[in-house]
Amino acid sequence: MFELLGIPPQALFGQLLLGLINGSFYALLSLGLAVIFGLLNIINFSHGAQYMMGAFVAWMGLTYLGIPYWGALIVVPLVVGATGVVIERLMISRLYHLDHLYGLLLTFGLALIIQGLFRNGFGVSGLPYSIPSQLSGGTNLGFMFLPNYRAWVVVASLLVCFGTWFAIERTRLGAYLRAATENPTLVGAFGINVPRMITLTYGFGVALAAFAGVLAAPIYSVNPNMGADLIIVVFAVVVIGGMGSILGAILTGFGLGIVEGLTKVFYPEASSVAIFVIMAIVLLVKPAGLFGRTA
Amino acid sequence: MADAARKIDPAPAAHALAVRDLQAWYDESHILHGINFDVAPGEVVTLLGRNGAGKTTTLRAIMGLIGKRTGSVQFENRELIALPARAIAKLGIAFCPEERGIFSSLSVDENLMLPPVIKPGGLSREDVLTMFPNLRERLSSQGTKLSGGEQQMLAIARILRTGAKFLLLDEPTEGLAPVIVQQIGRTLATLKNQGFTIVLVEQNFHFAASVADRHYVVEQGRVIDMIPNTEIQTNLGKLHAYLGV
Repeated sequence: MFELLGIPPQALFGQLLLGLINGSFYALLSLGLAVIFGLLNIINFSHGAQYMMGAFVAWMGLTYLGIPYWGALIVVPLVVGATGVVIERLMISRLYHLDHLYGLLLTFGLALIIQGLFRNGFGVSGLPYSIPSQLSGGTNLGFMFLPNYRAWVVVASLLVCFGTWFAIERTRLGAYLRAATENPTLVGAFGINVPRMITLTYGFGVALAAFAGVLAAPIYSVNPNMGADLIIVVFAVVVIGGMGSILGAILTGFGLGIVEGLTKVFYPEASSVAIFVIMAIVLLVKPAGLFGRTA
Repeated sequence: MADAARKIDPAPAAHALAVRDLQAWYDESHILHGINFDVAPGEVVTLLGRNGAGKTTTLRAIMGLIGKRTGSVQFENRELIALPARAIAKLGIAFCPEERGIFSSLSVDENLMLPPVIKPGGLSREDVLTMFPNLRERLSSQGTKLSGGEQQMLAIARILRTGAKFLLLDEPTEGLAPVIVQQIGRTLATLKNQGFTIVLVEQNFHFAASVADRHYVVEQGRVIDMIPNTEIQTNLGKLHAYLGV
């Protein structure tokens, strides 16, 4: 069959894996954006910068403090998430009474400042972060060679995405979050501290971006622009999936990663625009996104 | 000792709620111009009045859900006027809004269990489901898939679990079939027997007369009259003039 299409299976599976890995990052990042947008109604434009911070803080932890990769996976999201908490308390929370556009402008400005600071401190050539020894090497599956670290990225992303989905859709805490997304005033009138919930939600969304950053550090070079390059595609993913839909963000993230991978096999010239073409079509046919609820 | 205690308590203990010169604003528009009324523990009191008189705003102002308010709202001798809604809820006041506020992204069960328990003494989940048997069969449905009457019952049911004994109910009978209105009336009577204190905003005068101890008439952001339910027959003419019915 593969021979009929003139495509060697190694190329097909290789690109599928690459698509799945890209999809892992799309899913984690668009999930964070969706969680933040759902409750805060703010499009977090600094999400890419916070993903980049995740990679950099992992690199700094290893270089300056000797914190290994596995420690970084836990510590870095907490540290970067804490910076998110501070940003929400000091700045974003002052904008809730204004149009959403102001939140977008603020976070966009923050993204530029954060990227500028890291460019100034570390240059743009990129820093190496090695794959943890437990995950180096790969496995021969017969039809293709699977690098262990890349398999781990897909598994870790799926676990975190599913865990987040479960926490939001199936737990009591998630019920508070969904209720506050719909009607924060009434949830406050039940005695629940909604402002604190909003702060922690922003922190959690930022922590997801930082987690993706740590996962990315051994694959892509740790570079101040790594987030800016990725975030544009992630915004397209969020538009396709539908703003604020948790499951939509996850499924579209993985799905579009795979579609992008397949485009590289069958029509490589279109691979960098495939997602944007899909976005345009979705916007025309279903403006609220594939999984979005029309208000 | 008794004298000392009295000095500490600024308001007489007979009031569960004492509202004095309550004024409230939505943005720039001045809605409440000085609301005064009292509610005794265990009483059911209605706020009657025409559309736009300020009844709903009064409930929202008591609950702290309005931008700017002045005057005094004392609940069990504690001043609420400067507190945010979540602090007021924790003191034991529960609010059921006019639009019912059932969450569409939550199941009936999640809606029911959403309000946190703020003090002991509330109804158990089992008590609530016995009181509203329709809800038991629909627990896994989406909250907003319920009929209007069932949504109203769910909106009342979920605040009975919290331990709050003081309820603010905004038009619980609005738009509901007569048989459902009767069921809600029986529920309120049961709650009163269990020691709940209820402030009810109502358009349905006959319903109000069937459940309440006293009625306050609200007009243009002020309380203009109080009629005990026992004297309602002798005051029908006056009430009709107030309400324009």
